[in-house]
Amino acid sequence: MKYQNRQKALLLLEDGTIFYGKAIGQPGTAFGEVCFNTGMTGYQEIFTDPSYYGQLMVTANVHIGNYGTAEDEMESDSVKIAGLICKNFSYEFSRDAADSSLKDFLNKYNLFAISDVDTRALVSYIRDNGAMNAVISTDVDDIEGLKAKLAEVPSMAGLELASKVSTKEPYIFGDENAAIKIAALDIGCKKNILRNLAKRGACIKVFPYNTSFEEMNAWNPDGYFLSNGPGDPEPLEDAINLAKEVIKRDLPLFGICLGHQVIALANGISTYKMHNGHRGINHPVKNVLTGKGEITSQNHGFAINREETEANPVVEITHVHLNDNTVAGIRIKDKNCFSVQYHPEASPGPHDGEYLFDQFIENIQKVKTV
Amino acid sequence: MPKREDLKSILIIGSGPIIIGQACEFDYSGSQALRSLREDGIETILINSNPATIMTDPSMADHVYLKPLTTRSIIEVLKKHPNVDAVLPTMGGQTALNLCIEADEKGIWEDFGVKLIGVDIEAINITEDREQFRELMGKIGVDMAPQATATSFLKGKEIAQEFGFPLVIRASYTLGGAGASIVYDPKDFDELLRRGLEASPIHEVMIDKAMMGWKEYELELLRDKNDNVVIICSIENMDPMGIHTGDSITVAPAMTLSDRTYQKMRDMAIKMMRSIGDFEGGCNVQFAVSPDEKEDIIAIEINPRVSRSSALASKATGYPIAKIAAKLAIGYSLDELDNQITKSTSALFEPTLDYVIVKIPRWNFDKFEGSDRELGLQMKAVGEVMGIGRSFQEALHKATQSLEIKRNGLGADGKGYTNYDQIISKLRHASWDRVFVIYDAIQMGIPLSRIYEITKIDMWFLKQYEELYQLEKEISSHNTIDTISKEMLLEAKQKGFADRQIAHMLGCWESEVYNKREELGIKRVYKLVDTCAAEFVAKTPYYYSTFEAEIETADGNRYVHNESVVSDRKKIVVLGSGPNRIGQGIEFDYCCVHGVLAAAECGYETIMINCNPETVSTDFDTADKLYFEPVFWEHIYDIIQHEKPEGVIVQLGGQTALKLAEKLDRYGIKIIGTTFQSLDLAEDRGSFSTLLKENNIPYPEFGVAENADEALALADELNFPILVRPSYVLGGQGMKIVINKQELEETVVDLLRKIPNNKLLLDHYLDGAIEAEADAICDGENVYIIGIMEHIEPCGIHSGDSNATLPPFNLGEFVMQQIKDHTKKIALALNTVGLINIQFAIKDDMVYIIEANPRASRTVPFIAKAYKEPYVNYATKVMLGHNKVTDFDFNPQLEGYAIKQPVFSFNKFPNVNKRLGPEMKSTGESILFIDSLKDDDFYNLYSRRKMYLSK
Repeated sequence: MKYQNRQKALLLLEDGTIFYGKAIGQPGTAFGEVCFNTGMTGYQEIFTDPSYYGQLMVTANVHIGNYGTAEDEMESDSVKIAGLICKNFSYEFSRDAADSSLKDFLNKYNLFAISDVDTRALVSYIRDNGAMNAVISTDVDDIEGLKAKLAEVPSMAGLELASKVSTKEPYIFGDENAAIKIAALDIGCKKNILRNLAKRGACIKVFPYNTSFEEMNAWNPDGYFLSNGPGDPEPLEDAINLAKEVIKRDLPLFGICLGHQVIALANGISTYKMHNGHRGINHPVKNVLTGKGEITSQNHGFAINREETEANPVVEITHVHLNDNTVAGIRIKDKNCFSVQYHPEASPGPHDGEYLFDQFIENIQKVKTV
Repeated sequence: MPKREDLKSILIIGSGPIIIGQACEFDYSGSQALRSLREDGIETILINSNPATIMTDPSMADHVYLKPLTTRSIIEVLKKHPNVDAVLPTMGGQTALNLCIEADEKGIWEDFGVKLIGVDIEAINITEDREQFRELMGKIGVDMAPQATATSFLKGKEIAQEFGFPLVIRASYTLGGAGASIVYDPKDFDELLRRGLEASPIHEVMIDKAMMGWKEYELELLRDKNDNVVIICSIENMDPMGIHTGDSITVAPAMTLSDRTYQKMRDMAIKMMRSIGDFEGGCNVQFAVSPDEKEDIIAIEINPRVSRSSALASKATGYPIAKIAAKLAIGYSLDELDNQITKSTSALFEPTLDYVIVKIPRWNFDKFEGSDRELGLQMKAVGEVMGIGRSFQEALHKATQSLEIKRNGLGADGKGYTNYDQIISKLRHASWDRVFVIYDAIQMGIPLSRIYEITKIDMWFLKQYEELYQLEKEISSHNTIDTISKEMLLEAKQKGFADRQIAHMLGCWESEVYNKREELGIKRVYKLVDTCAAEFVAKTPYYYSTFEAEIETADGNRYVHNESVVSDRKKIVVLGSGPNRIGQGIEFDYCCVHGVLAAAECGYETIMINCNPETVSTDFDTADKLYFEPVFWEHIYDIIQHEKPEGVIVQLGGQTALKLAEKLDRYGIKIIGTTFQSLDLAEDRGSFSTLLKENNIPYPEFGVAENADEALALADELNFPILVRPSYVLGGQGMKIVINKQELEETVVDLLRKIPNNKLLLDHYLDGAIEAEADAICDGENVYIIGIMEHIEPCGIHSGDSNATLPPFNLGEFVMQQIKDHTKKIALALNTVGLINIQFAIKDDMVYIIEANPRASRTVPFIAKAYKEPYVNYATKVMLGHNKVTDFDFNPQLEGYAIKQPVFSFNKFPNVNKRLGPEMKSTGESILFIDSLKDDDFYNLYSRRKMYLSK
């Protein structure tokens, strides 16, 4: 390894602010909505999480790439973020269990990345000014050109992205002969959700984002699952209708993140785009049913309306985010349905919420034994 | 559900005198806990025998008892305060826990109806009894290294036979790894086993199979009554298993753990904490991870209390662990408490860092001649420093710059080792220079794979080192600073290289580098430690410096992001005392904290600069602004340029701060109180004795020599015995008493070899004299002597190592008058504004001056505690010109005598000569109040004096 000179690069925000940095490898340009994640571990899981589709990821942790990447720590089949902005990038890694450096990994998926940016200033900026579209590029001399192209990028609000990351064909995950069958709607599903369900003795059939209730029901599942995913939940009409049908029939239903928002929408509770969202693995949530706290992994730019949830006669708040009192979990009274805004499957993040998978399996078993 | 209603009055046990393995971090934790409890209106009672602490200030607790940490004292205190509801023993380290257990076994808590909070005795017993602990871990499915207990020599031998070597021996119920050792060679086993058994109060050792080379981690946990557990910080030891964590270079957050392995570790830690009992508070868990693709995790140990690592974790994250742990102990749950930094989010969360901290221990092997300098399972460090940066490299550099061992960082100072065999040997046998040797090895061209093979330091860290060296090489290839690009200079600064180092690489002056970065607009900026990586707005002014890339606003303005906004208030900077070391310890932190508080009372915005994570001065709520930065010229100068204070207080931070006075003065920065000229005059033996002569004050005959020839010639004039010492040193470093020419020659040659180009001072040594010292406050016109202390041991034992009484126990009126007269004369002659300490030798009723230090001394906190008067507060107000000495209503209160007793840590250095001399060796001190000289304790000390005299 020798001293290397690196190419200049920049991040241009839609409001015209520029953060300077250096390109990690090849020159390039990438567009997306800029957002930050504060987790100190788990970059590979973040980069491959479909919920981040279309986003330029700022990692607040100052070192990225230290332990390389490992094939079995993917959360989907590829890198889903649109670009990476970090402070210090480790070209070299150290981990026997890893099979590639982060640099090679990003190259493999053609991801453009920049480093040496004042990421702390950037995180503060996003915190104060909200999430917005941006471009990262090595074309440091063509700012006007970049601005023009950036203006054409659509806003995240109202944007349906589930279709971009969903599976095209249904597939089976886990043991086909398992006692429990769960139908999962893939609107950007993380692999670790499936692993968690399979680990608990379930066979999961994963369906494309626009699958109807009838199609899923034809497989004769014991329970339904609505996954996490990117973008605005409002345009997901098929998914919302699916949720309504499942709830109407009082079948076991569990939703995570985008799936949680879909369940809220199915109950007439609206969603809104948050100022800068929650993205990290240290988010405190209180389970109001047990009074216990949980440290959770979160990744969402939209949330469900709290007043409407409180006013809703059939919906009950089960979990609250302790920092800003946003709704972190709900259940439908008298129905076999619950959902959380956070990520109990972790990966990355703490396992405090894993009990929710047990709860879902129990909910299914209760129905089965009856 | 808020706090428990049954707790109205709580007893806190301190950690007693500073020893290796238990330092001032417990002043930090005790102080935080006291404040935290008082916030809730709880009556606090503190017992601690260490007077040099902030926690024993009358303002810290409702009742402070400066008493020996014994069950007898506990009974006395409880008799006086029958209303005490509970005892919180987790803030005073192992000392407090042990005392708590002892009192429990004697039934004292039960007798007085005192509940134990924040801990569970059963939990302590389980964690301390390695056999029980091992069983429990087996039950909950947590792996440990193969391990067995031996309560006899024979049993130990059997275990060794079964496990094979290397082995680790750990003594049960000991502190800081006392009695612990790694045995590589079977022939050393008998000796080390015996030592371990002897070190354990219950004659028990645990023998583990050594997990050499496994990566070592620590997690800091907090738990509340609802069983919510959060991880405050993960710490990675750069030095793998085999070196005590207190002696390891440690890094936070963990740098080389994947999320999968980290979360597995987190789960294990939580499970472990829950398994050992039901208590609310802090906990520290240590793990080892196999450095292969399996990433197996094994538990090493768990400490159910606030520890040295929690102090570090608090400073590293901004999360005040002790403060919150105290709240949890009185019944709050985490979700009921605010994040103390943001004040808007919850205390139930896990801090996230957008910077890196590196802790490097500070050793004092030079004070323990003959000691084994190799690092191992037994902690040997006396203090530590922490560097904060926006990269590991920057933090590492800042930590090395904080050490005050005459290094400017890694490499680029011409001081590295250049001998291959020496480097390899030093890699193999880690010692105080561990952090530097790795750099030297890379510089020498030793392959990283070889360095890894020897040290087992994770390759990631080694590659970070290598990058530093590559940059040094690249910069050095330029022969002049003129051709250095902005990008390269910025990169060097971002990687933490000091201007001095860059100057060394380019063969130019430090000021040229400074000017170049000014010219290029490479400005140091300040970032906030906020627990949340800027996700939320933080309210707490806790800063560190770094260098960052530029930002451009939409209208084309370029700037670098700086979070330290300068107010328009008048400001004072207080320079801290850096890492604890022998001769400069917690007492200077005490002084700094009081200086800060006094300056605030005078209406100043106070700015603290320090780099010692164990201290109260680096608590985020001590000063108005805390810069956690090396007390190193470049950093201080930049802060001063940024803040533009009215002046800098240097006389409270010991030698660390004082030695920066010259440069501050040269750069036209105002020194508050006594001027640099006076400070310098007192240090310069020649001019100082002229001053004494002019004032008719006697002093021992002396001379200055620059080589052995001059010294030998001088000896004829001075007569033996002669005291030899280098000038400008601390705690009597290198000081020796010689009785003949041969000894003199050896000593001079040795000193000049160790500290080249130094002048040596030779004093005629007043054999058999009595030593005394006086501390005074002077405003330039009036002098008030705050206390005179008489050493019990005769002259020749360093004042820091002597037992001493306040007031003197057998000095006559005539002698006392001379001391008072001399003190006043000298204070005025030196134009002292602030504190001054003068040391005297008394022989045949004649008082001689040994030295004068116009600064806060080690004894000031002691005197303040003994007399119950806020002398540092007064002195600071005098320094600032806010008050005259005559403004204060002095009213010292002491019945009988207060004895200062030094405390040593010789048990950490088995082969070291325990004989005391002019070089200080004690690590801490305690205070003992006696009613009269008939007291047995005094009598014992006094009879030992005779022993010294007869030698």
